[in-house]
Amino acid sequence: MKRPTELWVYLSASPLLWLTLTLFAWLFAVAVSTRLKRHPLANPVLISIALLAGTLKLSGEPYEKFFAGAQYIHFLLGPATVAIAVPLYRQWRQVKRALVPMVAALVVGSFTAALSIMLMGAWGGLSRDVLIAFLPKSATAGVAMAISESLGGNPSLTAVLVVLTGIVGALVVTPFMNAMRIKDYAARGFAVGLTSHGIGTARAFDVDQTAGLFAGIAMALNAIATSLVVPLIVRLFL
Amino acid sequence: MDQNSVTPLWKGSSMIKGIALLLLFQLIGESIVFSSGIPLPGPVVGLVLLFVAMQFCKTMGFSLFSEAETAADGFLANLGLLFVPAGVGIVALWSELQSQAGILLAILVASAIITLAATVWTFIAVQRLIGRE
Repeated sequence: MKRPTELWVYLSASPLLWLTLTLFAWLFAVAVSTRLKRHPLANPVLISIALLAGTLKLSGEPYEKFFAGAQYIHFLLGPATVAIAVPLYRQWRQVKRALVPMVAALVVGSFTAALSIMLMGAWGGLSRDVLIAFLPKSATAGVAMAISESLGGNPSLTAVLVVLTGIVGALVVTPFMNAMRIKDYAARGFAVGLTSHGIGTARAFDVDQTAGLFAGIAMALNAIATSLVVPLIVRLFL
Repeated sequence: MDQNSVTPLWKGSSMIKGIALLLLFQLIGESIVFSSGIPLPGPVVGLVLLFVAMQFCKTMGFSLFSEAETAADGFLANLGLLFVPAGVGIVALWSELQSQAGILLAILVASAIITLAATVWTFIAVQRLIGRE
């Protein structure tokens, strides 16, 4: 009979343990989020990250060992990004109906999202590496990480900033739009989907069906726009 | 369909076909990015190509992508899970970033509000300008 510590040493070296833990952490986080009526603060991505990061801290295992198992999930980001074509295809009729305001809002919004980070970040003394990881934060995480990585940024930092941006946008959108007396739910939804990707879109669907639909469209369009805008801004300013 | 007939290889496993199609479009996207050097993520090029291919098929009146749609729905329903492995990487960065956490969060909140405002106002202003609704 082997000792429990030996079993831990054996298991923690294999991808099986970390892959299994990641899936269960996610299932647990989704259950918590559902219990709390999907409140933006109870975001399942953030809860899972906290649980797994805590486990790594406590056990003293390096991130590399964890990623050896979790990489099988990470790999699926590629096809999941391609999959965004499907909702865009299904909603294309809606897009065409409001094409001009959408394209205008997309261009202004995607530049504002990145330029505001560029200006405030430079003012706040952020390093070049941190800025690059920060710039694509309004795009959905898979795309944002790919942009960040291709420009030499750290995709892990990008992932966390993307999720936080999602949560912040989802929290402030309703009070902000009400304070601004904006009642057009298509415009409200489009703004939150562009700013806060999937997390904002989920919030928009909680408020209004039209808002949710336009948020989803904005998320898909901004995935494309951000991958064009961020490399351009990096080339111009960094 | 006749229960006893042999299922054709391609029509068989629809889940696999859907995933294979999504991967194929990512592969084409990555190949284009690698060979042309355009500064776009490969999967985003794959997204655009799949969208164009789906529109083309619709116009021509045949359906090739119903399995890809099912696979895509599956991926998008669990999208958050896919961000977790990279997100956990924050533990390796935390000691470096701890001192900047406050300023990062402040910038993040300000940028989110500015982006919401700029987007919603542009949308509404242009809609009025072209005189709809």
